[in-house]
Amino acid sequence: MTLVLDLLSWLCLLGGGFFVIIGAVGVLRFPDFYTRMHAAGITDTLGADLILVGLLFQVPDAITAVKLLLIIVFFVLTSPVATHCVAHAAYAGREAPLTGRLLLRQNVPMAPEDEEASAAAPDDPSEAPV
Amino acid sequence: MFWAASFAIVVAMVLMLVRAVVGPTVYDRVLSVNSFGTKTVLLLGVLGFLMGRPAFLDIALLYALINFIATIAILKFLRYGRLSGVMDDQDLIRHEGRS
Repeated sequence: MTLVLDLLSWLCLLGGGFFVIIGAVGVLRFPDFYTRMHAAGITDTLGADLILVGLLFQVPDAITAVKLLLIIVFFVLTSPVATHCVAHAAYAGREAPLTGRLLLRQNVPMAPEDEEASAAAPDDPSEAPV
Repeated sequence: MFWAASFAIVVAMVLMLVRAVVGPTVYDRVLSVNSFGTKTVLLLGVLGFLMGRPAFLDIALLYALINFIATIAILKFLRYGRLSGVMDDQDLIRHEGRS
């Protein structure tokens, strides 16, 4: 039984370390902010959870397992949220992706010059400032 | 086996630091600092098991909480220039356009 647990722990820890290093190399080498965010976001969740599950097979008592499970649940909840927040901040901050700049120009909030140009045109009355 | 995992995490942390220093935009730095914090949590947990002191997990849990809050706070400050109150995206754009 201990051998099985050790083997599972080895597998999870090695896989987690592999994914963590892969993600770091991707963050270092990818050409664009959004691709870097992809590498960091995906491998953070997978690598971190694999390493924590690998630790979970080696717990000495129950309270340690509970703490590990709390960390796992917290990572599963917050890591994608943090990645999404960084992505949204960069997108709304007019950080252009390497490809697909047209998509960005149409969807990002308008630049100040465009705002003045469209202010000359008749605006929707419900949008009018009070 | 904990040695292998901690070695991998430390290597990844060094690479993340390189990206945080080199990163051309501020979003790169925020992303890599957030990822660095995640790896710090992992390293705390693995080191706790390596030294036979699983009480390190308390510190790891606390660090995970602080790391998430710090990321959100930095992003909100970058976006709105202040941390107090709630600001609508639409209002921000109008404000930028008028000023």
